[in-house]
Amino acid sequence: MSELPKARIATASLAGCFGCHMAILDIDERLIELMKLVDVDRSPLTDKKRFTQRCDIGIIEGGCCNEENVHVLHDFRRNCDVLIALGQCAIMGGLPAMRNAIMHSDAPLRECLDEAYITGRYIRNTTHNVPNDPALPLLLDEVYPCSQVVEIDYQIPGCAPGGDIIFDTLSRLLTGKFQGFEREMIRFD
Amino acid sequence: MENGRSSSGKKDTSVCEIPSVAAGEIAAICKTHGNDKHRMLDILRDVQDRYRCISPSALNRIAEATGLTRIEVEGVASFYSFLSLTPRGRISIRLCDDIVDRYTGLEAVTSVFEEVLGIRVGETSPDGAFSLEYTPCIGMCDQAPAAMINDVVLTKLTVETARHFAKTLKSGQSPEDLISDRFASLTPHERATRMVDNNVRHAGDVLLGPVPEEAGLNHAIGMTPTQIFTAIEESGLRGCGGAGFTTGRKWRFAASERAEQRFVICNADEGEPGTFKDRVLLTERPQLIIEGMTIAARAIGASEGILYLRGEYVYLRELLEQALEERRRRGLLGENILGIRGFNFDVRLQLGAGAYICGEEGALISSCEGLPGEPKTRPPFPVNRGYLGFPTVVNNVETFCHAARILDRGARWFRDIGTEGSHGTKLFSICGDCLNPGIYELPYGHTVWEILERVGGEDAAAVQVGGPSGTMIARDSFHRKLTFDDLATGGAIIVFNGKRNILEIVEYYMSFFVHESCGYCTPCRVGNVFLQKAIRKFRKGLANPEDIEYLKDLSGTIIETSRCGLGMTSPNPVLTTLQNFPLVYAAVTKPNKDGIRDTFNIQSAIDGARKIAKRRSYIFDRDFTQ
Repeated sequence: MSELPKARIATASLAGCFGCHMAILDIDERLIELMKLVDVDRSPLTDKKRFTQRCDIGIIEGGCCNEENVHVLHDFRRNCDVLIALGQCAIMGGLPAMRNAIMHSDAPLRECLDEAYITGRYIRNTTHNVPNDPALPLLLDEVYPCSQVVEIDYQIPGCAPGGDIIFDTLSRLLTGKFQGFEREMIRFD
Repeated sequence: MENGRSSSGKKDTSVCEIPSVAAGEIAAICKTHGNDKHRMLDILRDVQDRYRCISPSALNRIAEATGLTRIEVEGVASFYSFLSLTPRGRISIRLCDDIVDRYTGLEAVTSVFEEVLGIRVGETSPDGAFSLEYTPCIGMCDQAPAAMINDVVLTKLTVETARHFAKTLKSGQSPEDLISDRFASLTPHERATRMVDNNVRHAGDVLLGPVPEEAGLNHAIGMTPTQIFTAIEESGLRGCGGAGFTTGRKWRFAASERAEQRFVICNADEGEPGTFKDRVLLTERPQLIIEGMTIAARAIGASEGILYLRGEYVYLRELLEQALEERRRRGLLGENILGIRGFNFDVRLQLGAGAYICGEEGALISSCEGLPGEPKTRPPFPVNRGYLGFPTVVNNVETFCHAARILDRGARWFRDIGTEGSHGTKLFSICGDCLNPGIYELPYGHTVWEILERVGGEDAAAVQVGGPSGTMIARDSFHRKLTFDDLATGGAIIVFNGKRNILEIVEYYMSFFVHESCGYCTPCRVGNVFLQKAIRKFRKGLANPEDIEYLKDLSGTIIETSRCGLGMTSPNPVLTTLQNFPLVYAAVTKPNKDGIRDTFNIQSAIDGARKIAKRRSYIFDRDFTQ
């Protein structure tokens, strides 16, 4: 029996908390099973910073809050056949998108940075400046869910999604059997 | 909501001060309305008229007098667009911003007003003399562009007349002077017809032809309630406001409910853009309307009625008050009507304050009760528990008129007019790109072609039947008939010729629904904003084929999950154009090849940060220093 060629997977964390990547590890010992089916390309899990070749599946955690996020997301879209938004931040913007609520202002971004670095009550910033190192990517005017920047093929909901739903979705996608989620898997009450 | 965002996003820079409010005066205003919380809309309108705004201290005093909390009063005051918490000008100019007005030169008229008065739309002049704003359709589409100057209506504005009017106002003359220099000596009817043409192009047999006085009521007093219900049912009369519920059954339901009191409400809140038929009935047939209401009251056993007049028709208030007064004098309203013991019925005029949603019967009842115009949960239906919890019949102006005529001429006569299932005549208010816009009273069953020939709109490329919440049809559907079963309409027919941009019209109608959604339920409040944004994407040429699916999906969700008729019909401009003008959408849709969204513009997204950091983007900007 000839073995199926392994699928290539890449992952990235954009404006998220890395919780979704932790959740990937919650697959626990089934990870060994999964690794029989896939190779991991660009990912924080492998510490590869660039794509080595085209991938079958890209998994994105977090939305886009800065230009680097957009750059990485574009890169993933161009190099992956299927793109999955993993977790609430990637799907809806999540917690970082709270800054989108500063809307009754002429300069919401300015207001956000000022409060975070200068005027906030619990700030201890002896320079009284907003950090502006050239290495820091520019912030976007608001936080965007991934689907507003590129086309997203699948979304796995949750904050963070449980290990089960991640394993289940990935293994069914890899075997071509994914038909959507069971209701029990995406209800949280 | 978007409009909320833009209005409050800008800091209020108007320098005019909130007028000081005399405690005694507010108390006096409340007292004239019996300190009754159900008359809140009247109280707030009076305060607004007197002080140009409803100031924080006025809110407190009104709350005290009516026994409500301040926040309840503020909830009402902030709901209606004709009421304002910040000062408006002594002369408030509202330009009608309907799509028909836009196509007949609104933009040029606006810039004349802006230039002469020195303020932009949305602003109040520093001396507090003028405020200028846009308002959705004020029911003058047959004589657009139109404007409301306080309680005065100006129609058929041109650059020249607008300049003349603006200058006259600026020189200190009153809005009434714009109509006639002997305005005070005119009768209410003369005043109304000087301001607004009736534009009756075709009078039918039922409503606009010769109508004998009180013939219907005289028949009704000789009949039992059951005979009246049967006559109305047998005539086949269905509600003329748009939904088309069988009138006789509605009355029968209200009468069969056990209750101490019952109410009759006449819905004269025709807010559907392009509808202006009730305007003509209110002007020319006020007696017939009230006669119809009186018959309904006789049939269901109501002793109180309300005529709910939309705020935009405030210029008809005097005329209607006069009609009511005349009927009281003639013993046709009040106690022992026509000398019949125990036949007591009186009608009060309730003025709205600029909210489309109040045309929905639940919202209209809320509004009459002095609440924000939010729809009520159904069931219970108004016929079971309506105004103040009592069985209430709410019918359109035209429906009451028909009812009175049916009792005069008989059910058979009415039933023989029109087609099977759609009996009688209908007032069509026709406007847009046609030679003879105006009112046509025609039997049901005409095709759109026949109508277009009659109004001189044969070169129409699209016809909006029933206003934004109705159906937009293309030339291949012009053979369809105007009946309840084919093309249903509350009366509005808007004609568009081939030069008009269908997507522009759709986007306008969506912005209308975004503005008029009461905000109670999320699908309507948020969904319509998303629909509007999606349409804008099409107009910019950034849409993908999958966006068409998105439009259909989202529309389906809004229709299925909204609480009232507004949300259940607001996606219609999108859905009916998708169905009848697929090529318009296809022409501006292109497939996305690389999966990167064109709608996301990285340059505008990082522009703010670039200015704050005072440097270029090292990822997305070229280095011009090399």
